[in-house]
Amino acid sequence: MKRYLPFVIVAVVALTTFGSGTVLYRAKRPQLHNIPESQSVLAKGDKESAHIRGNPDAPVTLEEFGDFQCPPCGSFASFIGELLKEYDSRLRVVFRNFPLSGHEHAREAAQAAEAAGLQGKFWEMYDTLYREQSLWSNASNARELFESYAGTLGLDVDQFKKDMDGDRVRERIDSDHALADFLGVKVTPTLFINNRAIDPKDKNPEGVRAAINAALEEKSKNGT
Amino acid sequence: MNVLRFRAILYTAVAIVAVAGLADATYLTVQALTGETLSCGGSPDCFRVLGSSYAKVGRIPVALIGALAYFSVFTFATFAAFGYARARKFVALMVGMMFLATLWLLYVQAFLLHAYCRYCLFSAAITFLIAGLLIAVPPSHGRPTS
Repeated sequence: MKRYLPFVIVAVVALTTFGSGTVLYRAKRPQLHNIPESQSVLAKGDKESAHIRGNPDAPVTLEEFGDFQCPPCGSFASFIGELLKEYDSRLRVVFRNFPLSGHEHAREAAQAAEAAGLQGKFWEMYDTLYREQSLWSNASNARELFESYAGTLGLDVDQFKKDMDGDRVRERIDSDHALADFLGVKVTPTLFINNRAIDPKDKNPEGVRAAINAALEEKSKNGT
Repeated sequence: MNVLRFRAILYTAVAIVAVAGLADATYLTVQALTGETLSCGGSPDCFRVLGSSYAKVGRIPVALIGALAYFSVFTFATFAAFGYARARKFVALMVGMMFLATLWLLYVQAFLLHAYCRYCLFSAAITFLIAGLLIAVPPSHGRPTS
């Protein structure tokens, strides 16, 4: 019996590791739902109010739930710029707020972006927030920096300050957050292409490009 | 206590410690496979390390390679504890390679990424502990028995 004991021990550990790894993988794998048509930016009303970059009538929509204080979202923001150049009029990008509670200034940053959006400069503030992310993320009073960015962008700073704490901005962020919760979003960035969730393991340049190409192909097959 | 018994105890200890390393590496592998390391919201301390280009060799997560290495160490140490002399050489070879890989990964965290992942530091500690236990194993002067 002793002769076989090491084989038994090794087999038991191998099976236990494989089994627990599989259980953990299933538990950690996000269960994302596709965006329902009623909540899609394709719906006319939302198309007007959503933050859209690129051709508003593009056949492919890349929708991001992001957090301005999240470094991977910052990296993804610069990648989005590359994608918009690459796909030109075939792609539009939609941003939705999902500030994580673990990030101290994320909610304020979302408020700053939305307040800038009320003056028509959402994407300019978006670019500034991601470009300066490492600076304001570690600042004791990030709000002062956001106000200085508003000034640099030529916004009415007094109005910007009021809007940051206003109901419209709060409702907008809460509405994005509620949609994210409904869809099962837990981390940022979480991406959807033409309302379909991208598998988290494909959240890399090759994976995103492949998903966009597949969506374009599907659109051309359907003749739309 | 005779040398054979002391050696068996040390290899048993190596096998037990390797299981802790295997659990850690398995957890990190799952994180890599679920894409959690490319996001915020999962493990904020670790994403800078685990989401970096140094966390993969080609398309394979370094954590998966680590899990296979710990499993190999566990397997060889278990056989060594049961008196399989040849297994000792494989344990020493594996741990030597893991020791060098650990030094490289610590260098990457300290000097290239300027960020530390606690799970990676735990794995480094495990590797150093295993190396220390192996150094304490009395050398054998006889020919391998099997």
